[in-house]
Amino acid sequence: MNIAVCIKRVPDSETRVKIASDGKSLDEAGVKFILNPYDEFAVEEALRRREHAGAGAVVIVALGPPAAQETIRTALAMGADRGVLLQVERIPPDGLEVARALAAELRDGGYDLILFGKLAIDDANHQVGPMVAELLGWPCVSTVAHLELEQGRGIAEREIEGGVEVVAFPLPAVLTTDKGLNEPRYPALKGIMAAKKKPLEVKPTTLGPGGLEILALTPPPERQEGRIVGEGPGAVVELVRLLREEAKVL
Amino acid sequence: MSDVLAVVEQRAGVLRPVSQEVVTGARRLGDALAGRVDALALAAGGVRGAEQLGVFGADRVTTLTNPGFAAYAPEGYAQAVAERARTGGYGAVLFAATALGKDLAPRVAARLGRPLAPDVTDIVVEGGAVTVVRPVYAGKALLRLRLNASPALVSLRPNVFTPAERPKAGVMETTAVDVPAGRVVVQQIKAAAVGALDVAEAPIVISGGRGLKDPANFKLLEELAAAFGGTAAVGASRAVVDAGWRPHADQVGQTGKTVSPTLYIAVGISGAIQHLAGMRTSKVIVAINKDRDAPIFKVADYGVVGDLFQIVPHLTAEIKKFRA
Ligand SMILES: Cc1cc2nc3c(=O)[nH]c(=O)nc-3n(C[C@H](O)[C@H](O)[C@H](O)COP(=O)(O)OP(=O)(O)OC[C@H]3O[C@@H](n4cnc5c(N)ncnc54)[C@H](O)[C@@H]3O)c2cc1C
Ligand SMILES: Nc1ncnc2c1ncn2[C@@H]1O[C@H](COP(=O)(O)O)[C@@H](O)[C@H]1O
Repeated sequence: MNIAVCIKRVPDSETRVKIASDGKSLDEAGVKFILNPYDEFAVEEALRRREHAGAGAVVIVALGPPAAQETIRTALAMGADRGVLLQVERIPPDGLEVARALAAELRDGGYDLILFGKLAIDDANHQVGPMVAELLGWPCVSTVAHLELEQGRGIAEREIEGGVEVVAFPLPAVLTTDKGLNEPRYPALKGIMAAKKKPLEVKPTTLGPGGLEILALTPPPERQEGRIVGEGPGAVVELVRLLREEAKVL
Repeated sequence: MSDVLAVVEQRAGVLRPVSQEVVTGARRLGDALAGRVDALALAAGGVRGAEQLGVFGADRVTTLTNPGFAAYAPEGYAQAVAERARTGGYGAVLFAATALGKDLAPRVAARLGRPLAPDVTDIVVEGGAVTVVRPVYAGKALLRLRLNASPALVSLRPNVFTPAERPKAGVMETTAVDVPAGRVVVQQIKAAAVGALDVAEAPIVISGGRGLKDPANFKLLEELAAAFGGTAAVGASRAVVDAGWRPHADQVGQTGKTVSPTLYIAVGISGAIQHLAGMRTSKVIVAINKDRDAPIFKVADYGVVGDLFQIVPHLTAEIKKFRA
């Protein structure tokens, strides 16, 4: 099985967001970057499928700045075979531009499966996987939390409001992964050492201008300072009164 | 002047409530653009409830029918919506950022070669261009974007665009469409318990955390939810989902669902940043926690300090009394 996994370098979820002086971007000083958590599920799934098939390769593809090489190395340390960095100065807000560049890279790769995370935790666009699938003309199932593959066909389960959709599809296919699909492994020391010697190709990439223009990045409005209504069950009557008369939500 | 297409949703031939929000958002945009609002449903046959969409501002309600459209058919829906968007000359196409909309909208965007602004919490027209606001970095910042494209493709975060009545003709029309059988086929929907509301859509969400001590104690929260008479869903923190106490479908937060209910009640939840990411846009937040310094009190509008095992049953009783 030949599998490509698209990964994104994102700020750690614990990051304290400081807005840069341009008022439009994140101030990256002191920010720790990680492999997007949803992409860990995708990498893990690819490794398991390759191990199960006993043959094939797992190729990691990331579009990002030079520092995204480190993120690719993390996936290589988990056990992927080689990496490709589509190097850009900065990742645009328009997911379609990212999808176009990824699709061009993936088109003639001879993959059985192309995996994505369901979303990147920074911009939460929740779109690049299905866009790449459409650009390639491949079948696609998004937000997969359970997966069975057999003889060129697959069954995936995805959460929808109030239930689970069971979806059948043929291979090759694009899938995007949700939490619950698997438990991603941690890179072992041996893997980290091995990753340093694995091939990582850097391809300078130019993106189109995109159709989304950032006007401003601002802190969310502070929630009005809340108040402690009281202590213990004695405060409940007052709480209900406030919900009814002040907040008017009952 | 340009028209707006509102892509609405049905399940089992019944209009989903989120559709009213999409039409409400579309009407707002339609008014700003001095255009018409067309609601678009996809179904195997008629859609019960679609006739109400005129009340929320739809000038026309079109149902595209195909035998393969009973359940969500990703490829068929994408083709049919893209075709409509293209031939209708719309200035904007709006989706709901639901499980369906999050899958469908990017497909339509790729087919049309137009950018998509997903999961927005505000939408306006400025200088003739559609401008949106969307939470990024797990809700720790807001991004304001201008869409330099026509049609502007946008999905709306559920529960944010409160349905507002704005009666228009809502002329009903049904058209059979021909699309090839899709390769991706929904075979079955394993439904959650009948009547169970999804946390992402419920107007009231009561979430429990590690403070509940034991999975059996979630009964307390279920009783409180029941006291609200079918408008409340029970959610959970990741700690209790990881412990296997509650299903992942109920998890609120960065790696779970994003919710914006009218009322969010956090019970025995500390308020970690990743939990806040999923609920900080709730309209009113109540926290019940025995630790006065718990971070959840920083975002809560109303806090009650103390033992949840004593407080929650009282609250249930008070709500019952109030609703009786
Ligand atoms: C990448 C990443 C993603 C994450 N995603 C999510 C996510 O999506 N959702 C999420 O929730 N978390 C998420 N987390 C985990 C998050 O950091 C916290 O660990 C988690 O939210 C804690 O859950 P909790 O509040 O239930 O438990 P705790 O932090 O243990 O809090 C329990 C609270 O209960 C209170 N309490 C105890 N007993 C009582 C009592 N008798 N009466 C009243 N109060 C009581 C305590 O004072 C305490 O505040 C994520 C973490 C990471 C690193
Ligand atoms: N810059 C990128 N490089 C490689 N893959 C990406 C990039 N951005 C997004 N992806 C992939 O697309 C998924 C969804 O991202 P998004 O649509 O941006 O939320 C991610 O989980 C990645 O798998």
